[in-house]
Amino acid sequence: MSAETDVLFDAPGPKALVRHRIIAVLGVLLLLTLLFFVIKGLANPANDQLTADKWSPFIQWSTWQNYLIPGLIGTLTAAAISVVLAIIAGILLGLGRLSDLTAVRAVCGVFVEFFRAIPVLMMMFFAYFFGIFVLKIPGDVLPLFAAVVGLTFYNSCVIAELVRSGVHSLPRGQREAGYAIGLTSNQTLTAVLLPQAITSMLPSIVSQLVVILKDSALAYAVTYLELLRQGTNLAVYRGNLIPTLIVLAVIYIIINWALTRLARALEGRMRHGKRGIRPGPTDVGPDPALAVQEEDEKQAAASSDR
Amino acid sequence: MDALRTLLEEYNVLAAFWMTIKLTFFGAIGAFIIGTVIAIMRVSPVKVFQTFGLAYVTLVRNTPLTLLVFFAAFGLAITLQINLAPPDSPTFIVDNNFRWGVVALAVYHAAFVAEAIRSGINTVPLGQAEAARAIGLPFLPTVTTIVLPQAFRGAIAPLGNTLIALTKNTTVLATIGVAEPALMMRNMLEFNISLLYAIFFIMAAGFVILTLPTGLFFTWWSRKLAVQR
Repeated sequence: MSAETDVLFDAPGPKALVRHRIIAVLGVLLLLTLLFFVIKGLANPANDQLTADKWSPFIQWSTWQNYLIPGLIGTLTAAAISVVLAIIAGILLGLGRLSDLTAVRAVCGVFVEFFRAIPVLMMMFFAYFFGIFVLKIPGDVLPLFAAVVGLTFYNSCVIAELVRSGVHSLPRGQREAGYAIGLTSNQTLTAVLLPQAITSMLPSIVSQLVVILKDSALAYAVTYLELLRQGTNLAVYRGNLIPTLIVLAVIYIIINWALTRLARALEGRMRHGKRGIRPGPTDVGPDPALAVQEEDEKQAAASSDR
Repeated sequence: MDALRTLLEEYNVLAAFWMTIKLTFFGAIGAFIIGTVIAIMRVSPVKVFQTFGLAYVTLVRNTPLTLLVFFAAFGLAITLQINLAPPDSPTFIVDNNFRWGVVALAVYHAAFVAEAIRSGINTVPLGQAEAARAIGLPFLPTVTTIVLPQAFRGAIAPLGNTLIALTKNTTVLATIGVAEPALMMRNMLEFNISLLYAIFFIMAAGFVILTLPTGLFFTWWSRKLAVQR
């Protein structure tokens, strides 16, 4: 990456270094001015967001005990259940799309394309009312049900696409070797191709976990007690909306950033691994986080070949 | 069937999807502008800008959109009283929510646009930038006249994916009461539960109709603009 972007400008000479420094100082000044106005806006007497009253709840154990930790547990519960269900359903759907039977292929294809196009929030609303009136789910687990269904449908479609492209990106010889030792095409798929595809998908699945965690905040709208709803409850009680949202953002960013790092580490391990499985199935669907990351992977692979 | 007809007379589904289109349109323009600036910052020779670009992308990509929307609509608009619409206009609340919603959408998706453009920049051969430097162009003209136009060609596919995600993410604004399809679907379901499947199918079909052609168009376009190298 750095080698490629460095080519956009010459190694700076003495004059350019001075110029860069001036621009850097101006840039910092601009940022500081912006920061100044933000702080001034927050601190102005009319709303006084920086006063100790509004921030001190976050150093009290009761805040964490009553609001943030239960919220975090709610978020993680919904995400964990969803990711497990999405992986199972995603693998089944992915296998369905690779099936020899045209009918199975078509049904799974339509299912994936349809549910991938539906916003997660809409799916949650549907699941919420479906849960009330059709399944008669009791009120205390209903929000969790709605959240999990919403997250599972979308993400299983994404994982199905990952499985499909993961299998397609394997060398042809793998399938041929399976046939050569007398396995049927289904046996080849499940015993030879799928395990390799799943291993190479692992980094993408971890990145998908970030998407699931972020989307779990939507469960706010179906009254599920996750981090964002607990946070707003706290904010209503304490009257400190802006500080609360900032603290929540920090919590989300730390978790998601750690997951992203984990995905990178897994990917790096695979790239340098002895077993030679190439990570990163390509061309996955309208999920920018994934698509961009895979674009990066392709670039990294391309640049290392160069 | 009659029940469905009365329902569709009561709720203007097309207006809700028109709202989706408006939000997507303005959000996409904003995201594209901010994202391009951030992408240029990330490849610029000045360290401060590189760091700022990286920080922006890392922070925004890891924050839930719902939280950004809340921050804009409840934090900035209601708590800090920063208005994007004239407060004395009769449609003030609606306008203010719409505009802050667009801002949140633009800020969030700009991070993905920036990453898409950066991956596009990586597809431009080194020789292009070298040639630009050889004829004496400094950094900004090199980027804006030589590299970026080619980078956009290489970034069509991920940009298309971002646009589709943006279209679907406009539903998040239902949480702040913007009159778009997800909110309308919830209101419809609340009083017409007998039409559960029909309502869901109509609203879902709307999104399929919006996103499927977009996806096909961008796939076609990225193939058309792809450069054989």
